[in-house]
Amino acid sequence: MKKLLILSGKGGTGKTTTTAAFIDFSKADAFADCDVDAPNLHLIAGMKGSPQKTHYYGSEKAIIDDKKCVDCGVCNQNCRFQGIIRADGRYSVNPYACEGCGVCMYTCPVGAVTMEEDIAGELALYWEERLFSTAKLKMGRGNSGKLVTAVKKQLEQGHDNEELAIIDGSPGIVCPVIASISGVDMVLIVAEPSLSGISDMKRILRTAEIFQVRMAVCVNKYDTCIENTEEIKRLCQREGIPFVGCIPYDEKVSVAVNEGHSISKINCPARDALYQVYENIKVYFI
Amino acid sequence: MLSGKGGTGKTFVSVNLAVTAKNAICIDCDVEEPNGRLFLKPEESVTEEVYTKLPQVLEEKCIGCRKCVDSCRFNAMGFIKNSPLVFPEVCHSCGACSLLCPTGAIYELKRPIGIVERGRNKEVQVITGILNIGEASGIPVIQNALDTKITEKSIMIIDCPPGSACSVMESVQTADYCLLVVEATIFGFHNFKMVYELVSLLQKPCGVVINKGDYTYYPLINFCKENNITILCCIPYQEKLAQIGANGEVASEKDDETRMIFSTLLDKIRMEVRE
Ligand code: SF4
Ligand code: SF4
Ligand code: SF4
Ligand code: SF4
Repeated sequence: MKKLLILSGKGGTGKTTTTAAFIDFSKADAFADCDVDAPNLHLIAGMKGSPQKTHYYGSEKAIIDDKKCVDCGVCNQNCRFQGIIRADGRYSVNPYACEGCGVCMYTCPVGAVTMEEDIAGELALYWEERLFSTAKLKMGRGNSGKLVTAVKKQLEQGHDNEELAIIDGSPGIVCPVIASISGVDMVLIVAEPSLSGISDMKRILRTAEIFQVRMAVCVNKYDTCIENTEEIKRLCQREGIPFVGCIPYDEKVSVAVNEGHSISKINCPARDALYQVYENIKVYFI
Repeated sequence: MLSGKGGTGKTFVSVNLAVTAKNAICIDCDVEEPNGRLFLKPEESVTEEVYTKLPQVLEEKCIGCRKCVDSCRFNAMGFIKNSPLVFPEVCHSCGACSLLCPTGAIYELKRPIGIVERGRNKEVQVITGILNIGEASGIPVIQNALDTKITEKSIMIIDCPPGSACSVMESVQTADYCLLVVEATIFGFHNFKMVYELVSLLQKPCGVVINKGDYTYYPLINFCKENNITILCCIPYQEKLAQIGANGEVASEKDDETRMIFSTLLDKIRMEVRE
């Protein structure tokens, strides 16, 4: 299976819209949403039926047994994550801050602390004629990198001879992105022609470089600032990264998305431009 | 300042509010992609390095008991050729290994993971957390950036990272009021509901700013009505704003209409907070 990952520094650059359109253009029958903090692809992927859902256990959390605890505060002194809260002289665990390191359990003099597996999110797998793997991290849980890896594992399940798999990546540069990048064959960066968009793009390029994956760049809403679009093109040229196209700002995009479908189904300039991007990237990829 | 996803204009709102409020501290906690500084262009900046702790094994003291390896719940230690080895990328700096080593063979080194930059733009204090590329967690950088003294009269504006993950929790905990910036689309609405859940969970009062609200997206409006969430203002998509933003300028300094929008917004927030 060849994997194409679609990334952008910040969210909101049209990453998911691009992914959904590519899924239709390529008729890919395996795809995934790795934006586990704020998954959106399912809203426009047009999947029917309900997915098979599984709990995702990310890590453990500490629990203090009220009856055994003698309120000495040793756990609080040793916890480096402000995971222990003190209220009215009693100690308890703040599950949002607890990282599950076990230090409180190791140091409690009376053995009042135990570690319990924590449901950190939910994996969903649609598996009809097409395979779609997605997940949602629970509020305030931190190990999104591991969940992304689990989403990709689901994607690979039994569909290893698929021609192409398309993955909607997560925004940012940290662990979920690193987990999204690992093992893919190509990264398409959807950039935005603004100063912050350029700055984000540079950071993501450097992250992707560490992994030595092939990359290509396209610009969304290029006509909101032609100068910055030109700047991005020059940057790509300098760094030897293929520039695969410009997509215009198009009101039809929000309309299509709000009605819950991919823009590939609507005749509009943004769709035509995206199709061109898809054709261009195929040259480097397939 | 929160939003479920990036690109809703959270930084735009933060920066403009800060400039409008004048006596303000603007903290950019979006440490993976801190963009506020590109607009506020702080001067006289000082930067401070942020460190985390990385355990080191003193081989001559180690008796090979494996206690450290077995107690590390992140599998950040392996036992290779009879001596423990730390994998820095997975280490959470929790300190369990050094606490539990019976011979004191483990000490902790400082390892830089990012910086916090403190500068100013006229009356606005601009604080930016910047995480080094390749680092797994930005929380220590966020904590350092948030560790800023505030005077009675000034207002502190915290630009959170997008999403609802742990780094956002960290930023929200300290706030008195949460402003949710949302885009009037199906994606925007979906993500907004997640952030709203987080804010209500932490029992913080909140209000909504609809950005790029070109047309009325009823599911969003109805949701706010049903849950009694105040919609503070609606900023329409405007080409001139996109232009000003793309050039890295602050709209309320360039455009009277925008200045009005933000001073009204600021007044409304002040009223809400007082209530
Ligand atoms: S497990 Fe670790 S992070 Fe959680 S409360 Fe105990 S010491 Fe703190
Ligand atoms: S160390 Fe143990 S006994 Fe002491 S406060 Fe913590 S849980 Fe209670
Ligand atoms: S500091 Fe904690 S995470 Fe790091 S190696 Fe030691 S026990 Fe493992
Ligand atoms: S706990 Fe200390 S003595 Fe035991 S293996 Fe680890 S470093 Fe060596």
